[in-house]
Amino acid sequence: MAAETLKLINLKKYFYTKMGTVKAADGVSFSIRERETLGLVGESGSGKSTVAYTILGIYGPTQGNILFKGQDISRESKKRPKHFKKEIQIVFQDPGSSLNPRRSIKQILELPLRVHHISGNGGFTEQVEKLLNMVELPSEYMYKYPLAIGGGERQIVAIARALATNPSFIVLDEPTSALDVSVQAKIIGLLMELQEELNLTYLFITHDLSLMRNMATRVAIMYLGKICEIAPTVEFFKSPLHPYTRILLSSIPVVSREEEELKPKKITSRGEIPSPVNVPPGCSFHLRCPERMDICSQVDPEITGKEKGHWVRCHLYDKGL
Amino acid sequence: MGKTKTADLSRRWEKVKKSWYKFSKNPLSIIGATIILIIVCLAIFAPFAAPYPEHAGSFVNFDEASMPPNLKHPFGTDVFGRDIMSRIFFGFRFSITMGVVVITLAAPVGITLGLIAGYMKGTWVDTVIMRLTDIFVAVPPLVLALAVCSILTPSVFNAMMAVTLMWWPWYCRMVYGIASSIKNEFFVQAAEVTGAGKLHIIFREILPNCYGPIFTKISLDMGWVILIGSALSFVGLGAQPPTPDLGTMVADGGKYMPDQWWIAIFPAIAIMFIVFGFNILGDGIRDMLEVEEV
Amino acid sequence: MAERLLDIKDLHISFDVYGGTLKVLNGVNLFMYEGEKVGLVGETGCGKTTTAKSILKILPVPPARIPKGEIFFKRQDVLKMVPKEIQRIRAQGISMIFQDPTAALNPVFTIGDQLMEAIKYSSIQDGLSRREIRKLAIQTLQDVALPDPERILENYPIQLSGGMRQRICIAMALATESQLLIADEPTTSLDVTIQDQVLRLLGVLVKEKETSTILITHSLGIVREWTQRVYVMYAGGMVETARTAELFESPLHPYTQGLMKAVPKLTGEGIAEGISGRIPDYLNPPEGCRFNPRCPHVMPVCKKERPPFFNARDDHQVACFLFKE
Repeated sequence: MAAETLKLINLKKYFYTKMGTVKAADGVSFSIRERETLGLVGESGSGKSTVAYTILGIYGPTQGNILFKGQDISRESKKRPKHFKKEIQIVFQDPGSSLNPRRSIKQILELPLRVHHISGNGGFTEQVEKLLNMVELPSEYMYKYPLAIGGGERQIVAIARALATNPSFIVLDEPTSALDVSVQAKIIGLLMELQEELNLTYLFITHDLSLMRNMATRVAIMYLGKICEIAPTVEFFKSPLHPYTRILLSSIPVVSREEEELKPKKITSRGEIPSPVNVPPGCSFHLRCPERMDICSQVDPEITGKEKGHWVRCHLYDKGL
Repeated sequence: MGKTKTADLSRRWEKVKKSWYKFSKNPLSIIGATIILIIVCLAIFAPFAAPYPEHAGSFVNFDEASMPPNLKHPFGTDVFGRDIMSRIFFGFRFSITMGVVVITLAAPVGITLGLIAGYMKGTWVDTVIMRLTDIFVAVPPLVLALAVCSILTPSVFNAMMAVTLMWWPWYCRMVYGIASSIKNEFFVQAAEVTGAGKLHIIFREILPNCYGPIFTKISLDMGWVILIGSALSFVGLGAQPPTPDLGTMVADGGKYMPDQWWIAIFPAIAIMFIVFGFNILGDGIRDMLEVEEV
Repeated sequence: MAERLLDIKDLHISFDVYGGTLKVLNGVNLFMYEGEKVGLVGETGCGKTTTAKSILKILPVPPARIPKGEIFFKRQDVLKMVPKEIQRIRAQGISMIFQDPTAALNPVFTIGDQLMEAIKYSSIQDGLSRREIRKLAIQTLQDVALPDPERILENYPIQLSGGMRQRICIAMALATESQLLIADEPTTSLDVTIQDQVLRLLGVLVKEKETSTILITHSLGIVREWTQRVYVMYAGGMVETARTAELFESPLHPYTQGLMKAVPKLTGEGIAEGISGRIPDYLNPPEGCRFNPRCPHVMPVCKKERPPFFNARDDHQVACFLFKE
């Protein structure tokens, strides 16, 4: 049984603003084993990016623990020992703004090398070349600026930057959401190859369930700061339990009849996604839930588990699965 | 090794060519650049370019005093018989020097403070720096300059110091605004996550993204500083006679309007050209520094 | 034979940039009849937004240039119209929904101001009083299923969510009772459940008002659910067109096939490699068929001549020499 690379225990991140407390992440727990890919799926306000940034240390947690390879790192990154910054890396969503438009690709890729003194035998330039080779980009790209290359290639550079410090865990925050489908295919292929070669563990954040069907080892759905459902991929898609999961699945536009048949019966979602400042009482999803019961507006459900590692948070399953 | 050097050079040359393309797209920018180039050359080479360089100092020739523009003196002469054109060329020296000195001192200070305050927005550092800026901004600029100049002896040097003192806060504010919004961009987060230090982030990640507005402001400011310098001289707090200075010349010449109009008008037109030239040049520089997407 | 509402013939558009000319559109042909829902699908940089903007003549004309081509709207060539005629068309004939609703709405004016202005300038019957315009505005907001329309009129765009803003843009576009609606990636910036709601709504409205619609997107799934006919675009030209069901049943052009394979499927068969190579450099596009450097079935003729549309099947045309009879 592979070791646990990352474990979140009841992680909470609240932001205190003039308009109220934003409970961006409100008691998130999961673990990811070595060489696994956990797909974290949710819409706006779900808190998936907050969870990612807290893991990275961009935010410090309000409550709860983050364990990395068994060690507690539950604080902001400036308070963490430096070597964790090498091990945990991130690829951001928008390649246009995750690469400084005023710095050349060489300068961008050199930064992590310089900070962690990774120069190898030939100096920084040679290391940068090696990184570009690893992601199958020509070495001449070193001298280009981010806006001179396409969105897909920028994202590949962002991946190369994440690999520069030889990490073991990478958070991918919607890395392909802004890209075309053929470019996405190339990047996903690259990510999966790299995962094999370099023994990487991924936390893949996205709203694209079809993508997770093909890439994730396990899938978790988040809504307004809490996890609704989490299960291994095949099991998850075979029997989606939470009403929100079923709505998500039925809204996906697909391209073939076989896929249509796999989707749950078309359920139209109602209403807007509430803001995390105004979380509805009881179960946060009850206002939009087609299966709402009386208890749902009063009591927040607990997470219950089924065999095969399938967990769900919903009153429908209170009496066990 | 030699191959990389030539490759490097050719890349830099490409960059230069591309910048020129962006700059020259608007023909006005070239006009502005030409005007400024001419003025700067006249300033530097005034002793050679001016037809009567000695008129720029103490010189008196009452036979040729107050002559309207003619072939010998294209801009006429003033009440002391000094050639106005030559004095204007020497006057450019003071103006350009004023502009260069003030901005060289004020801009770096203001920019650095603005960067630091912007990046550390929300902390005590931000508060201290920006309140300090507020103090300087609260005093009306000309009043501040006049006060400083009156306390110290009126001279070119003191005028420059006074103007510098009231100039830096505007750079600070401008850069503060830009820096505090850039610090939330992903690429800054990416650098922080990697473990880059504050100095690197401020000067290498954030600052390059401020170049556009900074250089545009610098070129516009040149015109403004020169104007304010002339205003100080106009009230007698800058260059002292007989040093030729555009502002002083306009002040002195004002007494003789409208009969001997050339004594005030030509220096005034010269001031106008400097400001106009820098303004247009500023537009061109802004175009040149734009980062474009493919 | 029914009359074509919109008919783009052999449209060529190029842009002047540093280093030369970007020859973006290379002979675009597209037509539609009244009441149709047509999809224009293609990836970033293929020229679909350029095409859309040229129909409304909102391309900045230098640096853009239109050396060749005609755009017929109701049998009149838009490219030859004078500004006043274009103005009328933009007010009453064609409307457009843009990709980013936040950018399409002016942040310093209320929704009411913007919506009523749109109605005022598009009024077919001139001289509607302010009260009548306000009534119409509230009606349109109700049509797009926005709750509490009176309050929304007083709101500023920033106070509303992305889905609501996009619905307001739809309301603005449809309030003008135009005959042609161009929707450029209207749901790309929205969450998946909201996207579903908005598209559904758009479908209902378009049907009610009998507006012909061009839906531009890079999502094949959306096109399949929403359109009756599809054009597939690549590098400045149309490569395939057919009725939607037909296209998804049997995609013929190698590019279309590559795209379909690259879409991750719910059936879990893994993700294909994508299409090798990259989109062409418009400064020096390839000779002949612009897809030839990436095509797995490339033939010598592909590198020399540009393929026109060939009839592969009923109502199914492919711009590929593989289908030349």
